[in-house]
Amino acid sequence: MISEGKKTLWNDYQKEIADDNYFYARSCIRQNFFPGAEKTFLKILKEELKKDVYDDPRHTTCTGIAYHSDVVSLETTMTVVARQFALMTERGYRNFVPSCITSFGIYTEIMELWEHHPEIEDKIRHLLFKATGREFKVPANLAHSSDIIYKYRNEIAGMSKFKLINKNTGAPLRVVEHIGCHYARMFPHKGIGGAEYPCVLSGLAETFGAEVIDYPERRACCGFGFRQYVIQANRGYSISCSKRKFESMAPYKPDLIITNCPGCPYFLDSWQYVISEMEGKTYGQKGQGIPVLTFEELSGLMMGYNPWDIGLQMHQIPVEPLLDKIGVEYQQDDKYCDAQGRTFGKPVIPEMIKIC
Amino acid sequence: MKNYFQRLKSDIRFEEGLRACINCGTCTAICPAASFYDYDPKKIATQVQSANDEVIEALLKSDTIWYCGECMSCKTRCPRGNTPGLIIMALRQLSIETGFFVESEKGRQVLALKRILGGSILNRGYCVHISTMNHALHPEQGPVWGWIRDNAKGLYNRLGGNFEEEGPGALRKIADEDLKELESIFEVTQALSRFESIEKFSAAKAKSMGYNLTEKADDPYFQMVYTANSGKHKKSRL
Repeated sequence: MISEGKKTLWNDYQKEIADDNYFYARSCIRQNFFPGAEKTFLKILKEELKKDVYDDPRHTTCTGIAYHSDVVSLETTMTVVARQFALMTERGYRNFVPSCITSFGIYTEIMELWEHHPEIEDKIRHLLFKATGREFKVPANLAHSSDIIYKYRNEIAGMSKFKLINKNTGAPLRVVEHIGCHYARMFPHKGIGGAEYPCVLSGLAETFGAEVIDYPERRACCGFGFRQYVIQANRGYSISCSKRKFESMAPYKPDLIITNCPGCPYFLDSWQYVISEMEGKTYGQKGQGIPVLTFEELSGLMMGYNPWDIGLQMHQIPVEPLLDKIGVEYQQDDKYCDAQGRTFGKPVIPEMIKIC
Repeated sequence: MKNYFQRLKSDIRFEEGLRACINCGTCTAICPAASFYDYDPKKIATQVQSANDEVIEALLKSDTIWYCGECMSCKTRCPRGNTPGLIIMALRQLSIETGFFVESEKGRQVLALKRILGGSILNRGYCVHISTMNHALHPEQGPVWGWIRDNAKGLYNRLGGNFEEEGPGALRKIADEDLKELESIFEVTQALSRFESIEKFSAAKAKSMGYNLTEKADDPYFQMVYTANSGKHKKSRL
C-alpha cells in the first residue's frame, strides 16, 4: 500500500519521453556559443544509442528571445512555431526535441494554450497556411534534449570511459546543477521532477558518480532576463543575478556547474570572467574559476570524446582543472586547431583566472 | 481612446495571468528584478486590477514595466495561480501599440531590441548570429570570443557546424525560400507593421530629443537608447 501510494505521488513528477524518432530543433544561443554541445547530442543519439534524429536545414528560430524581449507578439511566435511543426509533420515525425529551454517553454505554453483554446489553434493554422501554404500536426511528444539524455542516462553511463570522481582522491566531484527558469517554472508537470524536485540534471550527474550540491540560491535565475542582457544598459541586472549565485555556491566548493538551458552556461561562464576582471575575485579553488558545462558536453566528456572536439575551448573559464581531476588526457596545442590540425593561434589568456 | 484596461483584457496572457490577486507579496519575494530594481510585481497586479485607465496609462509610460526579466518565477509560486510576468508582457505589448514606450528610458530600448533581434531573425533565421554580434558591444564575452570570431569557419566546422553553407548544421546559411517564409509569417501576423510602428514612434521621440534617427548601425539615438542608464533604477536599499 505504502509503495503504491508513493508511486501515485511520484507520478506527478514524471513525464513521458519518446523512445525514438526525434525531430531536432537547434537553439539560437547554443549553436553560436556551444555548437559542440549540439554536435555531441546528435553523436550520442545517432552513433551510441542508434536513434533516429532528423536535423532539418529548413527550420529556424522559434523567435523566443524576441518574444520574451517583447518585440514580436504571441501570434507571430505561435505561427513560427506552427511552421516548425509543419516541417516535422512533412518529414513524418511526431516527436519534437528543441535544444533550448526558452523554446521548450514556448512550445509547451503554445501547446497548452491550444489545448484549452482550440479557436486560437484554428486561427494559427489559418495564418500559417496563408503565409506559407503549410499544414501541421501538433507533436505527439515534446521533450527537451536534456530529457532524452536523462532518459538514457544509465545506457550512456554504461558506455562511458570516465566518472565524475576525483582520480587522485577517489571522492565524488561536487556538482552544482542549474536547470534554467523556463524548464519547469511555468509548467512544472512538463519537467522531470517538476519545479519542486527537478532531477533532469542532478539525476544525470549522480549517474556519473557526482555529489550534487544543494545551496541557498540553487533555483535562482542566472540573470539572462532577455532585454536585461541584450541591452548593454541593463546588464547590471544580469551580472547581479549570476553573482548572487556564485557567492551562494562558492562556500560549498563546487568542482563544476552543469546547465540545461543554452543561455545559462554563457552567463555563468562570462560573468565569472567579468567579476574576476572587475573585482579580482574568483570562485573556484586556487584562483581558478568554476568550469561550466552543458549537459551534452558533460555526457560527451564522460564518453571519452576529445574535449576540443566537443567545444570546451569556447569557454572563457578554463576547463583544464576539471579535466585533470577526472583524469581526461588532452593535448594543449590541439585546443587551438581546426579539424585538420592547423593551428589558429591562441586567444589572449586573462590574468585573473588561473588555468592550473 | 482610454480603454486601456479593456485592451489588456483582450490579451490572452492578461486573462491567464490575473484572476484575483490577494496581495500576499509572494511574487515580489521570489522576483529577481525586485531584488535589484525599484520594482514590485505585487504593486503592479494591484494597479492593473483597479481597472483605472489613468493608472494604467502611467504604467505604460513608466520604466517600471520594463524591469521584469520574464523568468516566470512568479508563476510557480503564486497561491492564486496568477502570473505577474504575463501581466507585464500584456502591458509591454500595449505600451508598444500605443507608442507610450518612448516616454521612459527603459521603454525606448524597444527600438534597439527590434533592430538587433528582428533584424537577425529576418536576415539570418535566428535571434543571434556571431556574424552580426558586435564584439565591442559585448566586452563580457572576454578574449576567447574575439578569438572565436577571428577563426569562426574553422572552429565551428570542427564542432559540428556548417558555417554559412547550405544544408544542416550549426550556423548554416538559411535558404532564401525559408527566410521568405519567415518574412511572410511576419507580414500576415503584423510583426512587420509592428516593427514599422516602433520605428515611427522612435523617430518622433528622437526628433523631440534633438536626434535624427537613421538606419545606420552607429546611429546616435540607437547608441543612446542602448547604453543610457540614469542610475535611478536601483532598489533604494541597495
